[in-house]
Amino acid sequence: MIDIIQQYWKAFLWTDGYHLSGLAVTMWLLVVSIAFGFCASIPLAIARVSRSKWLSRPVWLFSYVFRGTPLYIQLLFFYTGMYSLDIVRDVDILNHFFREGYNCTILAFGLNTCAYTTEIFAGAIKATPYGEIEAGRAYGMNKFTLYRRVIIPSALRRALPAYSNEVILMLHATTVAFTATVPDILKVARDVNAATYDSFDAFGLAALIYLCITFILVALFRKAESKWLAHLRPMKT
Amino acid sequence: MEKLVVKDLHKSYGSHEVLKGISLKAKAGDVISIIGSSGSGKSTFLRCINFLEKPNAGSISLGGEEISLQKNKQGELIPSDQKQLQTMRSKLAMVFQHFNLWGHMTVLENVIEAPIHVLGLSRDEAIARAEKYLRKVGLDAQAQAKYPAHMSGGQQQRVAIARALAMEPEVMLFDEPTSALDPELVGEVLKVMQTLAEEGRTMIVVTHEMGFARNVSNHVMFLHKGLVEEEGHPDEVFGNTKSERLKAFLSGSLK
Amino acid sequence: MFLDGFGPIILDGAWVTLELAVMSLLVSFVIGLGGAGAKLSSNPLLKGIATLYTTLIRGVPDLVLMLLIFYSLQIGMNHLTEWQGMEQINLNPFVSGVFTLGFIYGAYFTETFRGAFLSVPKGQIEAGIAYGMSSWQTFSRIQFPQVMRFALPGISNNWQVMLKATALVSIIGLSDVVKASIDAGKSSYKVFFFTVVAGAIYLILTSVSSLVLMWLERRYSTGVREAEL
Repeated sequence: MIDIIQQYWKAFLWTDGYHLSGLAVTMWLLVVSIAFGFCASIPLAIARVSRSKWLSRPVWLFSYVFRGTPLYIQLLFFYTGMYSLDIVRDVDILNHFFREGYNCTILAFGLNTCAYTTEIFAGAIKATPYGEIEAGRAYGMNKFTLYRRVIIPSALRRALPAYSNEVILMLHATTVAFTATVPDILKVARDVNAATYDSFDAFGLAALIYLCITFILVALFRKAESKWLAHLRPMKT
Repeated sequence: MEKLVVKDLHKSYGSHEVLKGISLKAKAGDVISIIGSSGSGKSTFLRCINFLEKPNAGSISLGGEEISLQKNKQGELIPSDQKQLQTMRSKLAMVFQHFNLWGHMTVLENVIEAPIHVLGLSRDEAIARAEKYLRKVGLDAQAQAKYPAHMSGGQQQRVAIARALAMEPEVMLFDEPTSALDPELVGEVLKVMQTLAEEGRTMIVVTHEMGFARNVSNHVMFLHKGLVEEEGHPDEVFGNTKSERLKAFLSGSLK
Repeated sequence: MFLDGFGPIILDGAWVTLELAVMSLLVSFVIGLGGAGAKLSSNPLLKGIATLYTTLIRGVPDLVLMLLIFYSLQIGMNHLTEWQGMEQINLNPFVSGVFTLGFIYGAYFTETFRGAFLSVPKGQIEAGIAYGMSSWQTFSRIQFPQVMRFALPGISNNWQVMLKATALVSIIGLSDVVKASIDAGKSSYKVFFFTVVAGAIYLILTSVSSLVLMWLERRYSTGVREAEL
């Protein structure tokens, strides 16, 4: 174990000597896909709960497909699948985009987490106490103000426990990135395993790093919950 | 001059007609109590005034300005101008039966929310107003940082009244403000409402509290099955009741 | 021809995937019940082990655990066979897949069952005891049926997650539906098409499961009144 740490700690944490690798890549994948998923899911969640079928149905279908299939297959679809199409290879922009494992990974991860996040937020929006919406209306808020000041802030708070779970699941899901040649923590572990045949130490070290990130994320979300969900806690007496 | 004029309001749910033509006039300083058994349409009538429910016929004007209306596909009247509706609503502050305070905001945030984001006040002005009205309903500075869920029902309803006052509205609408409260908490809310009435605020109150209707208001409407069965000055309505139904209702409510 | 002649291979793969998922469900179900029992027991050692198990497993990605367990087991086996002077035995990816998935999702089932046990009101058990039932009778007649009802939404969720996680087992060499589709794509030069086929098969599996689970939830919620909105 000590030998492996001495030799590979840099690769596990941020660089294999040529490119970013390991923890840095995993965190980058996580942050970018979560950020994309979060931003896209708010308008999608609003559309999902909309009374207009033309808005809600397509969003439902999108999230149904992306939540009903494994992320690994979605990644294969965007990485090997898309690039096997003639159109993709003939059009310059598409060719450049889909040739790069990073792009395909971010695309697949972003859409995947967006689908789950949309459902979480839509559920939270639906759970808004109706009286609070009515109060907003009775005080002359327009639709935009009502969403911006009452519905979304209250829904995002309510969604926090489920959302923190989704972020942790997404961290765990980033491990399939190595199948698209992205050098995340698990890819480094596999390379170390291939070079040393010391599987337990190689993968054990990776597991340890993931465990640490998970614990840190859990702690951060606990903090966030105690700040943002104070209004749901029982009264201090 | 009349502040609020409601003319011949009708409302149906499907084939069931809940309001069969109700009118109301409120001058500045009027306190109008609307009483009646459940199902009489009194809450629906109040909620039609600020268009939380859509009436099917009738007209409403506030401060001499009539709200322009159009029919939607279901045959209900909806305001044709959203801006006008929002302005009108901001002048008609409502206090709800279940308080409907915004759960994720503190007491202070609840009170300054609409003044800032609807009336366009600066934060400082809104806070000054909020503090003034919170004091008026008997809540101290300590209460300002609390969340609604951490307060008693009576306190929550007083916050809701402060929220309504902070709009400095033309007319205040009260939708059974004490019905969701435990009996021992009713008094504190009624006391605040009486103070407001004595200050000359224009109030329309749907209520089960006959004491309030009799002693505080200057006009009482008794609704029965979507129609005004009897109305007038409380001394007249309670002291010299004409309608048999109102007599029955009052003897029932005295039980 | 049915899927360019690759139909049978893909259907075989789909069958393997389904078998894998069902077997793993059984293993994780049993582990989950045991784990919940351990977590709720008054024995501090059992409790500690179960807590360590659920915390570690749920804190580490399933794919990492899968590779860790699979490769470490194989190397352990190699040491063993070498020491015994036997020939090398290669681990069967199906069997290791079942045990790895079962072991991982057992941790999630532990939490599901633990929550469900705690949801059964104490009064229910007290009523059983008060009417003279033995502790086994109270458990089997009163507690267990109610636990299952409370656990059903969690079980549904775990099953759907596990079903999708089976796709990862192709990475350790199992010929499941993903492997079959990749191979079919490579040999027919229709990679895009066969990826969509694999996705569609999973979508069918998850859709059918959610219909079955919805039916089960409706059946087992007899006597429970839902909040009407």
